[in-house]
Amino acid sequence: MVILPLKEAVTTVLVAAVLIYTLPMMISTYTLSILLIYAMLGLSLGLIWGFGGILCFGQAAFFGLGAYSYAIAAINIGESTLPMVIAMLVPALFAAVLGVFMFYGRLADVYLGVITLVVTLILFKFINSTAGPSYVIGKARLGGYNGIPGFQTLNVPGQPDNYIWGDPFYYVCAVALVIVFLFVTALLRSSFGRIAVGIRENEQRMSLMGYDVRARKTVLFAIGAGIAGLAGALFANWAEIVTPGLYSLGQSAEIIIWCIVGGLGTRVGPMLGAAGLAYLKFLLGQQSMIDNTLITGLILVLFVLFLPKGVVPAVADLWKLSVRRRPRRKRPNRRIRAERVDG
Amino acid sequence: MDYVAVISVEVVYAVASLVLISAGLAIVFGMMKVINLAHGEFMMMGGYATITAVNYGVNIFVAMLIVAPLVVGLIGLVVERLVIRHLYGRLVDTMLATWGLSLLFIGLATMIFGNTTTGISTPIPGFTVGGYQINGYNFFIILVSIVLLVAMYAVLKGTRFGLVARGAMQNPEMAAALGYSPDKIYMATFFAGSALSGLAGAVLAPLVGLVPTSGGAYIAKAFITVIAGGPSLIAGLMSSAGLFGLVNQIFTFAVSPVMGEVALLIAAVILLRLLPQGVTARFLKGKM
Repeated sequence: MVILPLKEAVTTVLVAAVLIYTLPMMISTYTLSILLIYAMLGLSLGLIWGFGGILCFGQAAFFGLGAYSYAIAAINIGESTLPMVIAMLVPALFAAVLGVFMFYGRLADVYLGVITLVVTLILFKFINSTAGPSYVIGKARLGGYNGIPGFQTLNVPGQPDNYIWGDPFYYVCAVALVIVFLFVTALLRSSFGRIAVGIRENEQRMSLMGYDVRARKTVLFAIGAGIAGLAGALFANWAEIVTPGLYSLGQSAEIIIWCIVGGLGTRVGPMLGAAGLAYLKFLLGQQSMIDNTLITGLILVLFVLFLPKGVVPAVADLWKLSVRRRPRRKRPNRRIRAERVDG
Repeated sequence: MDYVAVISVEVVYAVASLVLISAGLAIVFGMMKVINLAHGEFMMMGGYATITAVNYGVNIFVAMLIVAPLVVGLIGLVVERLVIRHLYGRLVDTMLATWGLSLLFIGLATMIFGNTTTGISTPIPGFTVGGYQINGYNFFIILVSIVLLVAMYAVLKGTRFGLVARGAMQNPEMAAALGYSPDKIYMATFFAGSALSGLAGAVLAPLVGLVPTSGGAYIAKAFITVIAGGPSLIAGLMSSAGLFGLVNQIFTFAVSPVMGEVALLIAAVILLRLLPQGVTARFLKGKM
C-alpha cells in the first residue's frame, strides 16, 4: 500500500482539527458524536458502493452486527478495548463469507441487492425472536426485541472503571473518523484501490487483464463491513443499548440515501450526506407538523430525479466551471474505441 | 387425517398469498424491468382504501375488489407520470426512487391516518375440520389468486392489448414503428401493476392490523419471489411462490412461524446463488 502524500495527510488532519474544535460551539457534543458515527457509516457504504460498485442493501446488517458484537463481548469481557476490535472483525468476517458466497457466484446488480437485503432481514427476524432465556452467548442474553442494555461502555484501555463519555467520547469518535478517512484515502491511492475502481468501471476488462475480480470485491466488501462494524460499536457506546432496529430496512435505506445525496464516488460526499441528513432529521424531529419519513422519501426521490450525482460532485463541477470558465472537452474517439473492444 | 387436511390448506394458502403479494410487482418488473420498491406501500394504500370505503358504507367485497384497485391504480398512474417514466432503463435509479416513494407514502399515511392500527373483520366465518379451526377467508384468498393468475394469462395471451404490451416490452422501437406508443403501453402496464398491488393489499387487509408501515412486511417477500421466479411472468411466479410457500409452511409447522420466515429467506438466498437469473431462466423456458 502506498503511504499517503504527506501534504494531503497534513491538510486533512488540519481541516479536521479545526472542525473538531469549532463544531461543538454550534451543536452539542452529544448530537455531534452520533453525526460523526453516521458519517463513518456513510463512508463505509461510500467506499464499497461509490468506489467498488457494490450496491449493498444491507449495510445496516454490518452496523448492527458490529453493535451487537461489541455489546456481547463487552458483557463477557468487562473491558472495552478487545470488544472494539471484535466489533470490527465479526462484521468483516461475516461480509467475507457472504462476499465469497455472492461474488464467486458472479451475482451482480439487483441480485446482489436482493441477497444483501434478505440477509439483513434474516438477521432482523432472528435477533427479534431471541427473547427467550435460552439465547445466551457467554454471560450475555440476546434479549430479542428488547435488545441488550447495560453493557460495559467505552473505557480508557486497561482501566475498566475509567469510562469515556460526554465530551471525551466526542473526541474519540472524531479521531476514529479521521483515522478511518485517512485509511480509506490511502486505500484508494494504493494499487488495490485503483484496481477496485477499475472493476467498478469494467469488470470484464479487469478480469481479462488478469486480476482476480471476485477476491478483490470480497476483500473490499469485508473492509467496508469492518468500518461499518466500528461505527456500530461506537453507536452502541453512544446509545448504551443495542436493539434489533439497527438491522432494520429503514436503517439500510437511510445509509443509501446519505450516499446518494452526498455523492457517490467521493469520500467526503457520503460523510457530509450522513451528517447533514441526520442533523436535518434531528431538527425535523422537534416539530410534528410534517412527518419525518415523508421528508426523507421526498429528498431521495428528488435527488434521484434531478441530482443523481449528489451534492459534492455537483458543487465540484460548478467550482471547476467557474474557475476554468470552459469545461474541458471529452475525447469521444477514445471512448468509442474502448467500447468496441468490449463487444 | 384432519391434521393433514389442515396442513395442506395452509400450504396452498401460503402459496396463494405469495402469488397475490407478488403479482403486481411481477407485472411491473417482468414486463417493464422496473423494480418498484414502493410495492408494499401500494398494498398498504389498498388496505386503507378498503377500510375507508367500508367505513363509508360500501359493501366490503366491492371495496376490496373494485374501489381499492382503482384508487391504487390511479395513484400508480400519477407516480409513473411524475417519477418513473424519467427513469426507464436505469434499474438501480428506479429502485432508489421507488424506495424514496415508499418512505413518502409511509409519511403521508402516518399524517392522514395516524400511527395507529386499524382493521376490519373478515367477512367470511371460519369452520372446523375435526378438531381444528380453519379460517374460511383463506379459501377466498386462494380463489382470488387462482382467478388472478388465469386472468393474467388470458389478458397477456388472448387479447390484443396483451400482445401489443408483450411486443412493446420485447422491442419498443419496433412497436413504435408499427404505430403503438411504448410510452402509453408502459403507462397502462404500470397502472395494471399498481391496481393489482392495491387489490392484494385490500384482500389481505382483513387478516392483518393495518399500520402505515405494513408495506415493509410484504416488499421483501414479493421482491424475492419475483426475482427468484425469473423472466417468465406467470410460470416464474407460480414456481417460486410454490417453492417458497412450501418451505415456509413446512418450517412453520415443524419448528415455529419465525423459523418459517427465516427458512423462506434462506431458501431464497440459496436459490439465487444456484440460479442467479431465476427459476424460469433454466426451467420452463419460453413459457408465459
